[in-house]
Amino acid sequence: MTAPTPMPQQQPYWPGTAGPDGYVSPIPVREATLGDAVKAEWTKIRSLRSTMWTLGVMLVVVIGVGTLVAVVLAARASGTADRTSSALDLGFIGVLLGMLPVLTLGVLTLSSEYGTGLIRTTLTACPSRTRVLAAKAIVYFALTFVTTLVANTLVALIDQAALGGHTDYRDTAMDWLRATAGVSLYLSLLGLLALGIGGMLRHSAGAISTVLGLVLLPLILAMFLGSFRSLAAKLVEYSVPAQLSGFYPAANGPGGPGAGISLLIAAVLTAASLAGAHALMSRRDA
Amino acid sequence: MIELEGLTKRYGDKLAVDGLTCTVRPGMVTGFLGPNGAGKSTTMRMMLDLDNPTSGTVRIDGRHYRQLHNPLRTVGALLDAKAIHGGRSAYNHLLCLAQSNGIDAVRVREVLDVVGLTPVARKRAKGFSLGMGQRLGIAAALLGDPQILMFDEPVNGLDPEGIHWIRNLMKSLAAQGRTVFVSSHLMSEMALTAEHLIVIGQGRLLADTSMSEFIAQNSRSFVRMRSPEGERLRDVLSGAGITAVPAADGALEVHGEDAEHLGELAARHRITLHELSPQRASLEEAFMRLTAGAVEYHAHPNHQARPPEAGWGADWQKKGS
Repeated sequence: MTAPTPMPQQQPYWPGTAGPDGYVSPIPVREATLGDAVKAEWTKIRSLRSTMWTLGVMLVVVIGVGTLVAVVLAARASGTADRTSSALDLGFIGVLLGMLPVLTLGVLTLSSEYGTGLIRTTLTACPSRTRVLAAKAIVYFALTFVTTLVANTLVALIDQAALGGHTDYRDTAMDWLRATAGVSLYLSLLGLLALGIGGMLRHSAGAISTVLGLVLLPLILAMFLGSFRSLAAKLVEYSVPAQLSGFYPAANGPGGPGAGISLLIAAVLTAASLAGAHALMSRRDA
Repeated sequence: MIELEGLTKRYGDKLAVDGLTCTVRPGMVTGFLGPNGAGKSTTMRMMLDLDNPTSGTVRIDGRHYRQLHNPLRTVGALLDAKAIHGGRSAYNHLLCLAQSNGIDAVRVREVLDVVGLTPVARKRAKGFSLGMGQRLGIAAALLGDPQILMFDEPVNGLDPEGIHWIRNLMKSLAAQGRTVFVSSHLMSEMALTAEHLIVIGQGRLLADTSMSEFIAQNSRSFVRMRSPEGERLRDVLSGAGITAVPAADGALEVHGEDAEHLGELAARHRITLHELSPQRASLEEAFMRLTAGAVEYHAHPNHQARPPEAGWGADWQKKGS
């Protein structure tokens, strides 16, 4: 931008006083808290187009694919359709794709500050690394959980409305909870894991590649482990897509260790990732 | 007040900052001078707790930076104008900084006004010119109305009007009783704004002195004399007990005598003079001698006075003041 900006006027710019120990500001001082840091991080995350883009893509993919699948299947549904599976299962495909922007946003939340150099400004304003990391994690987690919950619930309702009549499977309250809140919680935890990796690697492209590798590598490795069947099977079972499928009622899907165990694993890994990011942020020069 | 004590930073086997001990006092502009790579920015980053010192401490009004609860209310710093996210508007950039320190959003509009960025406050910072980015950084530094201000090379990228503005800004901030700490690699810039000087070279403290003292000590005055009868002039001068040093171009340089006296002396002996001019060695020269010595002392112990780094002071000489 080369448009000339008007020169600022020279004026005494605020009525502070020169006290005996130097300048005294007339603005009252209030001790900053974690709440203030959270507010600041909220301003940061909502004021970037990349946030709108990544979450927008997630919403479009999850809701769009979920709806599309329901519409196509409803049109073809007849008496010969599989009457043993739940309509909720259909949300899985969209979520599998929608996970990618969620993880990307997680990485960018911290790594982009290193990429742009903003982290030095952030840490000057808030020197407590613990507080900066906590505020980022809280804001990212809340935002991701709410948006994915909205998307998953909407898809579940659409799929149920379109196909609920074509199946004999009766979804329990627990099925609903897992397919909506459970999936959202799992995705948000994975996103926090990605945020921690972004903080450790400090390089957006590298960190995004690493996260995608963690998600996809077990499946790819399993393909090359034909002679170690039990290990290959374990790798498939504990791969992220398989664990994610465990949140849906499908009995005949690839199957994971089950929603409860998957959440526990995700929580432990996320805690480790955030602890690693915290340790490195505290020790390294910004 | 900022107190540095034995501040040291080592990168591998290179000492970037070497046992720096000094105090930056309130109520005046303190210039932090040194050639490029002298360790100024590293020192400032350690002051803000961005880099961990290898040893030594920095105290801000007696406390460590990490102990400040609302750091922006105590210290405002402009280290790197590019330390922003280009996708965020100037307003939102300042707003998130204000919020993190519990500062009212009204203040964001005030500082935008002060630096003259109000018309572009909602524009994304990506499109800002170097000068506008610099002003945004200054706005961020002023946000908390802090007692201490630190600027790293603040005139970089500013047009002459902007440079003039920032000089006055720094002076008025100091006049309000604030501690103003400004780094620069240009002596001429400091001569116009700073009252106190801290000079470093190769990470070491070379001088910690008031500006007026530095000028008195370092800007020697002398008289240049040129005459077609150079030899006779020299004899006459030595006859009167005055030492004249021949300059490179054949002129004579006389220290400690005033021009009137020398002119009258030459007239009495009927010597034609082509030049009789009082001179003052520039501060830039004095500064170059000071830092070149440091460079030589550390890196080239076997060489005599090493020429200063390219570009060093060139800017100043162009201005010719």
